[in-house]
Amino acid sequence: MADLIKVVEQEYTAAREKMPDFKAGDTVNVHVKIKEGNKERIQQFQGVVIQRRGYGTNGETFTVRKVSNGVGVERIFPITSPSIDKVEILKDGKVRRAKLYYMKGRQGKSARIKEKI
Amino acid sequence: MPGIIGRKVGMTSVYGPEGENIACTVIEAGPCVVTQVKNVETDGYRAVQLSFGEKKEKNSTRAHIGHVKKANTTPKRDIIEFRDFRKEYDGLIELGKEVRVQDVFKEGDFLDAVGTSKGKGFQGVVKRHGFSGVGEATHGQHNRLRAPGSMGNASFASRVPKGKRLAGRMGNDRVKVTNLQVVKIMADQNLIVVSGSVPGAKNSTIILQK
Repeated sequence: MADLIKVVEQEYTAAREKMPDFKAGDTVNVHVKIKEGNKERIQQFQGVVIQRRGYGTNGETFTVRKVSNGVGVERIFPITSPSIDKVEILKDGKVRRAKLYYMKGRQGKSARIKEKI
Repeated sequence: MPGIIGRKVGMTSVYGPEGENIACTVIEAGPCVVTQVKNVETDGYRAVQLSFGEKKEKNSTRAHIGHVKKANTTPKRDIIEFRDFRKEYDGLIELGKEVRVQDVFKEGDFLDAVGTSKGKGFQGVVKRHGFSGVGEATHGQHNRLRAPGSMGNASFASRVPKGKRLAGRMGNDRVKVTNLQVVKIMADQNLIVVSGSVPGAKNSTIILQK
C-alpha cells in the first residue's frame, strides 16, 4: 500500500509545495543554512537552474550552475531539503529545453540566457 | 531476543537532524498477538510466539483456528517464535495480549531485520558469487566472458571439489541484515522507519529483532 509510504513522506510535502515555481533557465538565489559548530548562518548560492528532475515527487532535485572565478560550479539541491531557507527567483529565462546541459560547455557571451518579457 | 513481526511497505528517504538525507525502509510492524507463551516447566525453554497479519478463516486449518482461539484472536498469516524475551517484558507477554511496535523499540535503537530475499532464478557465477569472469573479450576469446574458468586439478583429485561455487538458484533465501538504526516510530500508524534496506519484496514478512 503506497498510502503508508505517504504517511512517512507527508512531513516533507509541505516544503515541496512551499517552493516557488521556477524552471530550467531561471536565475535563482538559493539561501542555504549552514551549521558551524552550534552556530547557524545563511549562505547564498546564485546561478542558473539547468535542470529540475523527479518533478512531483519528494525526491525532486534541482541543479544550479554558476561561474565562480572562471570555474563552473554546479550544486544539486533536494527540493525538500530542510537546509534550504528560501529560493528567490531573480530572472525568468526564455529557453527551449528542459535540461540545459549545453550550458556546461559555454562561457562568456554564448552563456547568456534571454529573459522572458 | 525481543522482537516484532512486520510487513515491508517500501523505501523512501527522510532528513536527519543535521539536514542529511537518510535512505530508509518503512515497515508496518505489529500489532502482534501473543498466541503462546512457552516456559521451562512445560516446554524446556522460554519463548514467546507472536502472530501477525490477517488470514481468512476458510483458508486456515482447523488446527490453526483452534490454536489462535486459545489466545482469543482471529487466524493469522505469520507465526513466529521469539526466544528469551527478557524479564522487563514480563507484563507485556501474556496470552492474547497485543504487542505494539513502541513496546519493543524506540527511536535510535539498533535492530536486526530478517526477511526472504527476492528470488533471482538460475544465475551464473559472476552474479551469484562475484566471480570476475574470464579475461578479455578479444584476442581469440570466444563466448566465455562470464564462464567460471578452471574448477580444479587434473591428475590429483581428478574431480570437482565438494562445495565448489557454481551456477544455480540465487535469492529467495533467509537473510539477516544487522545493526539498522530506528529513524522514526509512528505509533498511531504502527509504522517503523529504519535506515538502510531490508531483504525482500514489498509486502513480504520482516522479522525485527533487538
